[in-house]
Amino acid sequence: MNGELLQGYLLVSAIIFAVGGAGLLIRRSPLVILMCIELMWNAANLAFITFARQWGNLDGHVAAFLVITVAAAEIAIGLAIIVLIFRKKDAVDIDDMRSLSG
Amino acid sequence: MTAVLWIGGIIAILGAIGVVAFRTPVHSVLSLVVNFLGLAALFLSLNAEFLAIVQIIIYAGAIMILFLFVIALLTVRKDPMERPKERLEGQRQLGFATAVVVGALLFVVVLGGQLFPVADDLPEDFGTAASFGRELLITHVFPFELAAFVLMAAVIGVVVLVGRKQL
Repeated sequence: MNGELLQGYLLVSAIIFAVGGAGLLIRRSPLVILMCIELMWNAANLAFITFARQWGNLDGHVAAFLVITVAAAEIAIGLAIIVLIFRKKDAVDIDDMRSLSG
Repeated sequence: MTAVLWIGGIIAILGAIGVVAFRTPVHSVLSLVVNFLGLAALFLSLNAEFLAIVQIIIYAGAIMILFLFVIALLTVRKDPMERPKERLEGQRQLGFATAVVVGALLFVVVLGGQLFPVADDLPEDFGTAASFGRELLITHVFPFELAAFVLMAAVIGVVVLVGRKQL
């Protein structure tokens, strides 16, 4: 295990983060947008665990565990909100949800 | 180790691209599971065995099942496909360009940074459930309590949001 190898892990993390960000900006289905947020959480997790391995320190693992916890909470709330929106107006596209713009 | 990085990394990246590229949400969910499995392999190769298992059980198992249930619930009437035309002119191009810029910036940061030495003398039980539990419950007990509070708030929030009024 050397520094160049760990750089490879960080590059994988950067690619996944960028792909998740692209999906977040391009796709307009609320479900897929939530999934892209999951991708970005996981890219951050990979970076946390890579740095934990680099320093031989478990703090990064604890941070990654907290990220997983918060992601679970966020997904539960997000899916509940999506279910509510679908119940109200049958919208399948994020462009339909613009009642706040007047 | 290099082989694990290549194989796991390619699986994870292909899964991530599939999430964005597939048209139907169910295919996106399955692609996300592939991404999680690739990431779990990477976690294992980084001596994070407890988190690799958590990744598979909680993420690929529980959270993805939640996604599939919601998709199944919502697609009873019709397929939740997004419209072919976006309201915001040039959304695809702008979004793609922004993501490319962000990715390029991250690459510059990672490749241009200083290479720090990697810890060689890892303790025998680095990343096992036992050492992770000690770290979480002794050193970081306040964030642990905070996580419990966040989960409780989420559960109450979901019940308030979608629970029926009269039981």
